[in-house]
Amino acid sequence: MALTLTDLGGKKQAADRAFRGLTLAGGATILLILALIAYTITNKSSLIFRTEGLQFFTQKRWAPSAGKPVYGALSFIFGTAVTATIAILLAVPISLGLALFTTQVAPKWLKRPLVALTDMVAVVPSVVFGLWGIIFLAPKLVGFYENMHNWFGSWPVIGNLFGRASAGRTFMTAGLILAVMITPIITAIAREVIETTPQTDRDGALALGATRWEMITGAVIPHSAGGMVGGVMLGLGRAMGETIAAALVIGSSPVITANLFSAGDSLPSVIAFQWGEATSDEKRSALIAMGLTLFVLTLVVNFAATAIVGRAMRRMQGMS
Amino acid sequence: MTAVLEAAPERDPSAELLDELSGVSGRRRLKNVVMTALMGLSVAIIAVVLVLVLITVISKGWSIVSGQFPKWFTKDIQLSPRRPGPGMKAAIVGTIVVTATATLIAVPLGIAGAVYLNEYGKRNLFARILRFFTSVMAGVPSIIMGLFIYVFWVVPRGVAGLNGFSGALALACLMLPIVVRSTEEMLKLVPQNLRDASYALGANSSRTTLTVVIPKAAPGIISGALLAIARAAGETAPLIFTIGASKRTNWNVLDGTNTSLSLQIYGNAKESFVNAQERAWGAALTLIVLAVLFTIAARLLSARITRSSS
Repeated sequence: MALTLTDLGGKKQAADRAFRGLTLAGGATILLILALIAYTITNKSSLIFRTEGLQFFTQKRWAPSAGKPVYGALSFIFGTAVTATIAILLAVPISLGLALFTTQVAPKWLKRPLVALTDMVAVVPSVVFGLWGIIFLAPKLVGFYENMHNWFGSWPVIGNLFGRASAGRTFMTAGLILAVMITPIITAIAREVIETTPQTDRDGALALGATRWEMITGAVIPHSAGGMVGGVMLGLGRAMGETIAAALVIGSSPVITANLFSAGDSLPSVIAFQWGEATSDEKRSALIAMGLTLFVLTLVVNFAATAIVGRAMRRMQGMS
Repeated sequence: MTAVLEAAPERDPSAELLDELSGVSGRRRLKNVVMTALMGLSVAIIAVVLVLVLITVISKGWSIVSGQFPKWFTKDIQLSPRRPGPGMKAAIVGTIVVTATATLIAVPLGIAGAVYLNEYGKRNLFARILRFFTSVMAGVPSIIMGLFIYVFWVVPRGVAGLNGFSGALALACLMLPIVVRSTEEMLKLVPQNLRDASYALGANSSRTTLTVVIPKAAPGIISGALLAIARAAGETAPLIFTIGASKRTNWNVLDGTNTSLSLQIYGNAKESFVNAQERAWGAALTLIVLAVLFTIAARLLSARITRSSS
């Protein structure tokens, strides 16, 4: 660097290099932690993989306290997939609507309050959503689930999704709570990529006689679709890993069923819920192995999401 | 900068007016109105949910916090979940000391990492890899951080490993990527000519960073750190595995089990006793007030930095 010109003397140079090393170490901690997470969790999971083998992933029976304990993670993987899917299906239209309304429709004075509204949702701790879900929301949803069952339960094929609701704590309730919780992150990223749409593109669309909606579908969405997909995937990762809210409202019963109104369970939820009772090494190892499964799943999703968002942002900044 | 943006036509010429002028067909106009209404609806849905959550927490929480005032803040937690009262002091203290410890670990490391990224690494390969993995780490579920610290830190120490410090380590893992990312954003905003001026006066890069760059970005860095703190203070999952269970006030993070507001909400929400549920609502109100205070502080600071930089 340029400072060598003034020759600051060996001592100062050494201090400078030490400082640089220090900051490098701070950054490298991140890589170290990620590597350690992967190593230690895999290490502790090995016990259950030795006893159960790959059946850990393929059998749905979870009976840790049976005479001969069986540890199968399939129903928890299923539950994670179902709740995350419900959450994404509900959160994506709402988040995109919220982001488009904030950036394209709302008058200038309303923008700040709308951004603050979304941010406030992110500030509410996960456990508070869980508390609200289990005590306030779940009991109220039972009647709604009953109605849905009465209306759609007898329809072919999709009727299977709307079976009987045993209680308010179900896959659906967990999906609903997760949808609310991932809305802020999807909205924030969607808002950011939408804002990069060049004003000229939007003006051009309007000048050609497009309505506002046609301007959005013709100019804004094509421009920001890549970044939006990345944002949705970040939301998906969040929905899969969100623990406490789901643990409280999912019902904690490991089943595989098409019925969305059935109690179920998911990977993070079972780890949190059964950790206290897990006294045997085997059960702890099984729960940690579920953590490993979750870690790998979210890592894959986040890898893809980060790559997509990064590329979209770079490309769009280059264009505008 | 913002002034220029404001001067430019921020909003398009009224779309409705354009419709009138260009004689847009009824069907297209209808579609436009319907879709705009749907966008408005999504705003309404989120607003209603947020307001419902906040009203429930405030009304249910206030009745217990004010009913038990001042014991709520001065007495330890009732040992039997089915009995009422008296306090939540142990959890308030636990949340504060554990989050503070996590902050002391994560914020200096995070700032150091961000300084490396923005002042030294810049666009080199290692910095790009680091940036990528920082984003990836921000998406790792918080429960994984708890499991990691349990396996890595608690297990080798046995029962004595269940203490506030272990919880703080797990929270610090969670905060670290958030602090790195927000700090780097703030360092990017520091004008290059300030650095150049400092170098021209003969300062070396460490001195420039410590006396020019970081002070200039300080409000933004603090604001990002406060958001990370608010997030960590509300976390439950990393603590389940690491701080044990206690209902007594424990100021010592290094020794003895501890508790937190979030753990008390989680534990009491699972109970069917009315008194336990009331405690959960009270703890939820206390926690939200803490989180909101931190967020407002962060917002005020970041408002100040945007004002001073424009």
